[in-house]
Amino acid sequence: MSIFIGLLILCLFLCLYRVGKGPTAPDRTVAIDIVGTLVVGFCAIYSIITKKDLYMNIGLSWALLSFIGTLALAKYLEGRGFDE
Amino acid sequence: MNETIGMTLLVVGITFDIVGCIGLVRLPDIYNRLQAATKCVTLGTALILLSVVFYTGFNAIGVKALLCIWFVLMTAPTGAHAIARAAHRSGIRLWDDSVMDKYKDDSEGSEDN
Repeated sequence: MSIFIGLLILCLFLCLYRVGKGPTAPDRTVAIDIVGTLVVGFCAIYSIITKKDLYMNIGLSWALLSFIGTLALAKYLEGRGFDE
Repeated sequence: MNETIGMTLLVVGITFDIVGCIGLVRLPDIYNRLQAATKCVTLGTALILLSVVFYTGFNAIGVKALLCIWFVLMTAPTGAHAIARAAHRSGIRLWDDSVMDKYKDDSEGSEDN
């Protein structure tokens, strides 16, 4: 199982490269969105290793909060108010 | 048997994740990166969560993993669509070798979008 954790950490570093390098703001937003989805995969693999449902609770709330954060960033990039 | 299916799904899911992240690094502009990264990583994470269901069965972990699959498959395309729309409206240019821009053609006629 630890090799899968290592491969996911490799994916996270590829996303962090895009966060640092990305020429425009939406590039960085996409990379942060992908990091949020990868963390859900982390929580799934940890719940296989430890056999506890604590990590799946963290994954569920992380998926929803990452979605709300992505929508807020997209609205901010679009240059409109949050109530339109 | 269940562990074999679970391990297979886990390997396939992590392969999709890695391919999506390589696409995020390698592709030329924001729209190409968005479609590669979002589709591959969403499917990869959904397969990892499905492998949790096969590993643990229908207890608290498995049912929460199924719920999490539903959340990921519903929310990730919505977020990606919002980012693409925001990028296009804030004036990010397409790659030079792109051949068509349907969203621009459709939105030229009407005023309010």
